[in-house]
Amino acid sequence: MASNEEILAGLAEIVNEETGLAPEAVEMDKSFTEDLDIDSISMMTIVVNAEEKFGVRIPDEEVKNLKTVGDAVNFISNAQA
Amino acid sequence: MARKVVITGLGVTTPIGGDVPTMWKNALKGVSGAHTLEDDWVAKYELPVHFAARASTPALEVLSRVEAKRMDPSTQFGVVAAREAWADANITEIDHDRLAVAFATGIGGVWTLLDAWDTLREKGPRRVLPMTVPMLMPNGVAAAVSLDLGARAGAHTPVSACASGTEAVHMGLDLIRSGKADVVVCGGAEAAIHPMPIAAFASMQALSRRNDDPEHASRPYDRDRDGFVMGEGAGALVLEAEEHALARGARIYAELAGTSVTADAYHITAPDPEGLGATRALKAAMFDGRIQAEDVVHVNAHATSTPVGDKPEYTALKAALGSHVDNVAVSATKSQMGHLLGASGAVEAVLTVLAVHERKAPVTINLENQDPEIPLDVVTSERALPAGDIVALSNSFGFGGHNAVIAVRSV
Repeated sequence: MASNEEILAGLAEIVNEETGLAPEAVEMDKSFTEDLDIDSISMMTIVVNAEEKFGVRIPDEEVKNLKTVGDAVNFISNAQA
Repeated sequence: MARKVVITGLGVTTPIGGDVPTMWKNALKGVSGAHTLEDDWVAKYELPVHFAARASTPALEVLSRVEAKRMDPSTQFGVVAAREAWADANITEIDHDRLAVAFATGIGGVWTLLDAWDTLREKGPRRVLPMTVPMLMPNGVAAAVSLDLGARAGAHTPVSACASGTEAVHMGLDLIRSGKADVVVCGGAEAAIHPMPIAAFASMQALSRRNDDPEHASRPYDRDRDGFVMGEGAGALVLEAEEHALARGARIYAELAGTSVTADAYHITAPDPEGLGATRALKAAMFDGRIQAEDVVHVNAHATSTPVGDKPEYTALKAALGSHVDNVAVSATKSQMGHLLGASGAVEAVLTVLAVHERKAPVTINLENQDPEIPLDVVTSERALPAGDIVALSNSFGFGGHNAVIAVRSV
């Protein structure tokens, strides 16, 4: 079980790997599309990598609800619970 | 009168140099880019061929990690070469709606395709990356170059096996002459040094098996040639309508005087032993460029070093040039860098342009005992080309019976 801080750090690492964005730019209130400029293909890559890293399943229909980094952290945290 | 088309930018990444100056220096000296492969998969799959000619500068040393992630290795090479050519042309203002791309590949995203297949089998469909399709599609390289340069007058991908790169140059000339574009970035890219293509080419007996001596394996025209050597990389040229180049005071390397493409309709892989398709391609390119046999001083030959391939090209050259063929300096540059498949014609076009511009023919290495049935004047040490108006030809032939020829004239 990872804490929210650990999930955020892991997610930031995945985002950095995919987009080159600095990990510290990946903050809870940032929108994936508006703030981080992540397109839908990169978003799917991030989702799949997050599933593997955190051992969770993020259904396709759920991905559109993950608007901010915080949404993703909370989803992963709940899925792990 | 057709629009005159000139060449104003050159770019490459090859087994004998990661940029144009390095490749050209080595091409005149005569070096081998072929080496033993250190990869685990050579032994794992018991490949019959243990060597190849890798690009001397990995694409990841030029591109950022993030941009490279979204490109198949073939596209990475194409973008590296296209960027060098574009910078070399130094076009500061351009109507992007009049800028086109014609960028070829022989095989396309074979690494991406097979990696995705492995992922599917080992980890399931969820793990197949969403970028897989745009990375494996053969037009991926043309699309990436178009995106990179903002080329909006069409992005084309001629695919004709090992003639692809030359056919892209042919298409570039057509796009400008027909008025569809003023500037075209054309070229070819290939990255197929992967166990599957090596196994497949080896299975058809196309590859040299000189495993104990890779540097001497690619030996076009030599009596003891036993197949080609797999190479990888890319070449790119900026073609420009002459009036467009003159208006901006561009440095002009040479004129792309004429091109042609023909098909053998003889056999799916074997070259027509009489070289009839190649002869028609040579004659058509010369006709297209209003070129007499006596104008031609240099040929960059296709010459892959296969026992069956090298001779019909000689037959075709003799048929097209007549007795003047004896006066032509012929370079077989695959002796140095191996066979870059769909990129080979583009890299050889760059070499041909440089030969005309610098008036020097690149070197053919490993010619120890010239095949008596191919009595060409093969350039084996740096050779000056004559002053005055000169023309050089570059040939490419591909499985499927594809023949493509370009003719480059001095300016």
